[in-house]
Amino acid sequence: MQTNPVVEVKNLTKIFNSLKAVDNISFEMHPGEILGLLGPNGAGKTTTLQMLLALTIPTSGEIKIFGLDLEQNREKILHDVNFSSSYVAMPYSLTVMENLMVFARLYGVHNPQTRIAQLLNDFEAEDVKDKAVRSLSSGQITRVCLIKALLNDPKILFLDEPTASLDPDIADKTRRLLKKVKEEKGMSILYTSHNMREMEEMSDRIIFLDKGTIIAMGRPEEVQAHFKGESLEDVFLKIARRE
Amino acid sequence: MKPHRILALVIRHLYLYKRSIPRLMEVFYWPFLDLVVWGFITIYLTKFKGTLPSFIAFLLGAVILWDILFRSQQGLSVSFLEDMWARNLLNIFVSPISPVEYIFALMLVSIVKLLLASAVMILFAWLFYSFNIFLIGIALIPLIINLVIMGWAMGIVTMALILRLGQEAEVLAWAVAFLFQPVSAVFYPVSVLPPFLQTVAGFIPASHIFEGMRAVISGSGFPISELVWATSLNLTYLTGALIFFYWNFGVVRKKGLLAKVGE
Repeated sequence: MQTNPVVEVKNLTKIFNSLKAVDNISFEMHPGEILGLLGPNGAGKTTTLQMLLALTIPTSGEIKIFGLDLEQNREKILHDVNFSSSYVAMPYSLTVMENLMVFARLYGVHNPQTRIAQLLNDFEAEDVKDKAVRSLSSGQITRVCLIKALLNDPKILFLDEPTASLDPDIADKTRRLLKKVKEEKGMSILYTSHNMREMEEMSDRIIFLDKGTIIAMGRPEEVQAHFKGESLEDVFLKIARRE
Repeated sequence: MKPHRILALVIRHLYLYKRSIPRLMEVFYWPFLDLVVWGFITIYLTKFKGTLPSFIAFLLGAVILWDILFRSQQGLSVSFLEDMWARNLLNIFVSPISPVEYIFALMLVSIVKLLLASAVMILFAWLFYSFNIFLIGIALIPLIINLVIMGWAMGIVTMALILRLGQEAEVLAWAVAFLFQPVSAVFYPVSVLPPFLQTVAGFIPASHIFEGMRAVISGSGFPISELVWATSLNLTYLTGALIFFYWNFGVVRKKGLLAKVGE
């Protein structure tokens, strides 16, 4: 069944001084889809993500989310979107519960305590709820950030290397949980990671970026076949090493 | 503007004070110390100068009112720094909060901190030096409101500059108010300044407020013209500060710096 895309990007370009970080890219993301954004360092993944989160203004092109222009409808769109990154923290002096309550209020979550309790349970993080964030391990902080990202039951979740600092067990549980949430809620996820096996496992489709342009887009096996690689990692290495 | 978003950020900043002694010192100890030091200086000077009328009131009133200006500016800029140090700005600005809601939340935080710090100073000025600032009477209210607004205008400009220039501009959060102190006529009248600086002081809202305070304490009534000047300048500067912040926020987004603030 063809559905309206939740994200539509048309001819998106971002130039910093004379550097083209993102060069005329176009893609769509559909409801319930996990879209992997892949590419070597400097490929334009982060800049693309920042533009989709309205943190950075594009030089040209169009971003529509839920059919609405992002710049004109920032507040409305961001209410139904969330974000998590291994590289973004939370106030260290506050406890996990205090932090989550702040973000629940920020997103206007109804019955925040019930919602937080449910997510703490899902992520096996009840034992850290009264601890200050500064006392947590990086893996625990990453899990708390993911809980924060799910507080508002987002229709689109942007994840920047969400499992980068998790041990294999928790990373696996996190991936399963994200897939479960996606299945149950029909949530769309835009995902960046340098873990190629994770990308293959998680992504319905992959966008391969290099030097700001899309060099391949499709299902993981299609991208792999396109570059005649044995695996996504093989493809990644070929592109990164310009072979 | 959505009250729940503003409240969320106010609570986020108040949580910081629940279990942080250094932060509580910022609210209670330093204002108290300021008052004690200036109180002793005042007593010492009055011994030299004989019985200069209202000398204690002039200086202690100035210390308390200056602290209000200073704290209202810091209430914004230091709270902003707290978000930057915690690498939390990204989480905030990917939420639906607007810049004006963010600024409004920090203004409320500054009022809470200001009320607590002022209460300490007023109480100890009365206990230690028998100085009752409320003797200034109803005129105190417009004086304080104007000082708070001037502090906010400075705080907003400081935030905008930190957003744009990054950590190297952090020092402004502590220093910016003191840049204006020499021409704010806090501890001396504008008339002692050289003519050029008198002109400059005319454009500083605080100078009109402190002149007004001295006029009230010396019993010559509140000069309405000073209040009108201060209010007009403050409204102009606050509007200018908000425009500057919005413009700068746009530039920061264009340059892709918002995601890098604090790095």
